[in-house]
Amino acid sequence: MKCNDFLKELTDYLDGTISVTVREELEEHLHWCRDCYVVLNTTKKTIEIYRDNQIYELPESLRTRLHESIINKCKCSKPPGKASS
Amino acid sequence: METIQKKAAEDTSELALVQAAKKGDLDAFSQLVKRYDRNIFRIAQHITHNEEDAQDVVQDAFLKAYQNLEQFLGNSKFYTWLVRIAVNEALMKLRRRRSDKTVSLDEDVETEEGSMPREVADWSPNPEQLYGQSEWSDILKKTIQGLPPGFRTVFVLRDVEGLSTEETAEMLGLSIPAVKSRLLRARLQLRERLARYFKSKRDGNGQREMQ
Repeated sequence: MKCNDFLKELTDYLDGTISVTVREELEEHLHWCRDCYVVLNTTKKTIEIYRDNQIYELPESLRTRLHESIINKCKCSKPPGKASS
Repeated sequence: METIQKKAAEDTSELALVQAAKKGDLDAFSQLVKRYDRNIFRIAQHITHNEEDAQDVVQDAFLKAYQNLEQFLGNSKFYTWLVRIAVNEALMKLRRRRSDKTVSLDEDVETEEGSMPREVADWSPNPEQLYGQSEWSDILKKTIQGLPPGFRTVFVLRDVEGLSTEETAEMLGLSIPAVKSRLLRARLQLRERLARYFKSKRDGNGQREMQ
């Protein structure tokens, strides 16, 4: 397996949606290819960083305001099924 | 087992809320809004890059969902159906802002450039420790904002919101291979961009701007 083949399978490998045979080939490649090993680890870390750091939190005051506005708009709207969409 | 039962109970109660909301029960709909408003806001911010637009998307998506609840037949999860509405609203906002360009989920998919790893230095110690809270948050925002909309939308749905490949494909009207291909490129491009930031910080040039 070459580095390009490794990259092609990277997403399936990270998501655990890969056949045993291909996984074994990838892991064999990782044993001797330091660059792919780093790419795998830093890609994993990239996903964790974005998963764990919610960079767009909805502030509570804005949340309340939006919620009120949504419910008011719904009140003024026709009930479901009767709206012309 | 307990988790499965809990999940089943949540699904049932959600379905009951949807059924009640369909009959015009606004308290029930209000609970659905509270359940998902944070997620919808986050997705809208990621796609539009604009807080005002994201606020509009949250309001418009929930209103549209309420008005069209009859069309929700329960074949998919309510959340999947809602996100689909929100993503469409967010892409429309983005198109309006960038009236000179066509924004589509197919944008830039043919370019291999930017996906090939070049930075292969390890990231230890934890890069987060190199930055203050607000600088760290700015870097994460700038980095993801630099991705084409089609890439970052797939990344946000799959990796930030934790939806499955199948759900993401259904929401975006893409095939499963198309979702996988975008996800791979999004992950690799984000990794590369972050790596460049971390490298320049470690090299003592923290002010360097990413292109």
